[in-house]
Amino acid sequence: MALELRDNKDVKPAPPAPPPAPGAAATSPALLKEIYQEMLFYRRFEERVNQAYQKGKFAGFCHLHIGQEAVCVGVQRNLRPTDWLISGYRSHTQAIAKGIKAEQVMAELFGKEGGSVKGKGGSMHMFSKEKRFLGGHGIVGGQCPIAAGVGFAIRYEKKDDIIVCYLGDAATNQGQFFEAMNMAATWALPVLYIIENNRYGMGTDIRRTTSVDRLSKRALAFDMDHSEVDGMDVVKVYEHVGRIIPEMRKNPRPYLLEAMTYRYRGHSVSDPATYRTKEEVKAYQDRDPILMLGEHLKAAGQATDEELKGFDKQAREKAKAAEDWADESPKSEMKNAWADVYAE
Amino acid sequence: MALIQFREALGAAMSEEMERDPTVFLMGEEVGQYDGAYKVSKGMLAKFGPKRVWDSPISENGFGGLGVGAAMAGLRPIIEMMTWNFGIQAFDQIVNHAAKMLYMSAGEFPVPIVFRGPNGAAHMLGAQHSQAYEAMLTNVPGLKVISPSTPYDGKGLLKSAIRDNNPVIFLESEIMYAVKGEVPDEEYLIPIGKGDVKREGKDVTIIAWNKMLHLALKTAEALAEEGIDAEVLDPRTLQPLDEELIFASVRKTHRCVIIDESWSFAAVAAQISDRVHKECFDDLDAPVARVHTDWVLMPYAEHLEEAVLPSVEKAVKAVKETLYL
Repeated sequence: MALELRDNKDVKPAPPAPPPAPGAAATSPALLKEIYQEMLFYRRFEERVNQAYQKGKFAGFCHLHIGQEAVCVGVQRNLRPTDWLISGYRSHTQAIAKGIKAEQVMAELFGKEGGSVKGKGGSMHMFSKEKRFLGGHGIVGGQCPIAAGVGFAIRYEKKDDIIVCYLGDAATNQGQFFEAMNMAATWALPVLYIIENNRYGMGTDIRRTTSVDRLSKRALAFDMDHSEVDGMDVVKVYEHVGRIIPEMRKNPRPYLLEAMTYRYRGHSVSDPATYRTKEEVKAYQDRDPILMLGEHLKAAGQATDEELKGFDKQAREKAKAAEDWADESPKSEMKNAWADVYAE
Repeated sequence: MALIQFREALGAAMSEEMERDPTVFLMGEEVGQYDGAYKVSKGMLAKFGPKRVWDSPISENGFGGLGVGAAMAGLRPIIEMMTWNFGIQAFDQIVNHAAKMLYMSAGEFPVPIVFRGPNGAAHMLGAQHSQAYEAMLTNVPGLKVISPSTPYDGKGLLKSAIRDNNPVIFLESEIMYAVKGEVPDEEYLIPIGKGDVKREGKDVTIIAWNKMLHLALKTAEALAEEGIDAEVLDPRTLQPLDEELIFASVRKTHRCVIIDESWSFAAVAAQISDRVHKECFDDLDAPVARVHTDWVLMPYAEHLEEAVLPSVEKAVKAVKETLYL
């Protein structure tokens, strides 16, 4: 009997996103407010980035993180400065959360001397040795073995740091991902692989290209610890990752976490995202991480509408200040084009 | 001075550097318990233990990338590719990551790493185990490429490669691992980017590296019997290339032949030829000639393989062309 090829053109619409579960139990109100402000700032920052792009202030590829803020903040609030982080190309706000200044990120987008890497990297390639941010990377999945190497170095030097390696859902179909997972599991390397599953590899629904329904199940092939978390609920992410990382420090080993999330904008700023329905986008926006946490704060009597509006104003001002700073920064110096090809 | 095999010289270079610097480690397929597919790392697991000598899975891109990450975090990996034919599995990590990291990060993250292993044809290994990759690897800014021809050069250059703060590609040869040569007992380094005149002569400059250097020396002997005095120049490093040494030699002999095991199109020899034509135009008495592997994939049968590879006969013919003989 001939094998029938599964038709991947007619994938059914996604089931509606699950309703929010009551979270926010263990995290203190003061911290929740900080988290709210941080997420809100990233939202406003990325919106400003988008506007700057539309105004023609910069060009090239630009991948926005709008909608996925809860993953970034929920994860990175659990890191200490000596922990490492590596990511793909949707990483502006991850760089900021790791300590690179927002104005340096904006200036990098503008190709300025004050940019994170003096205008040599752009949207996809922020770096900071001091902050242990090992880059945004532009080759899908390429960061996975590099993260294993940092995990290797951590064990080699007998430290109890960890490295977080973000990847997208579609990166889990790269051979490098599997090779890295195998080495990390075999040698017990302290790498927290986090799949930000926003459900689309560029414009392709992940289910049309992928044999498993849950990407975290891929850890089963390597006997690796794994789980899923609602990536639209920042408190869940924060508390879930807060249980994983201390275990990894105590008993070094890798972990595969799948955060179910969604990007509201296209794959990049040039993508109108016609491959998905308005209803689908709305279903996720109804569970917006910032909106949900705001509702929680108000319902619990921990914040008022006015206070949240004040936070929004501050976030907008801070984003504007970053852009103003980037505007003022001088153009990347000509000599930078020929520098750093080889190290001394 | 001791007379040792090429593999022993390379092993000694790695061992000395690992003794000197605790951040240096070796990883690759069969480098540990098996003592090396070609015994280059023989005895190193016993000497340094499993923390410094790692048997990898058969995942070149994976452990190549692991090396890149370890280097970014402060270690100095030596990544052994059992052959560069497998090493191209790691081209993404070598070309897109190792080579570009320093530049993309505006100098924040150097990648001090050595990727080493045998390159080119050995003997009757067929098309997928016989390719010479220097043309591809020298075409990437950010990479240094070394291809030594003697145990002495191999040891001194590998030590320099391990100490270098850049990704260094180190091209060896299965056939040469058993070749013996004199190596001093005391420590020495050979700088990257410096060539060496292996035989002085006045009539023609023959440029060759790796095992083709030995073919060039045999060619010079054959020519000597006919009264032609060939100089044989070994660049040793292909990226960066010691152009001044090459130009000086060609200005002396006025003729230049390059023997390059890779295919002729966009080869390293084509680059050298271009530079010599440009910089030594008025000194040349004949156009530069090149000897390459024929434009075919490598056949298995011994006589077919021999027929398509560079040979003394082909090299002698090329030299005579430049002498109008």
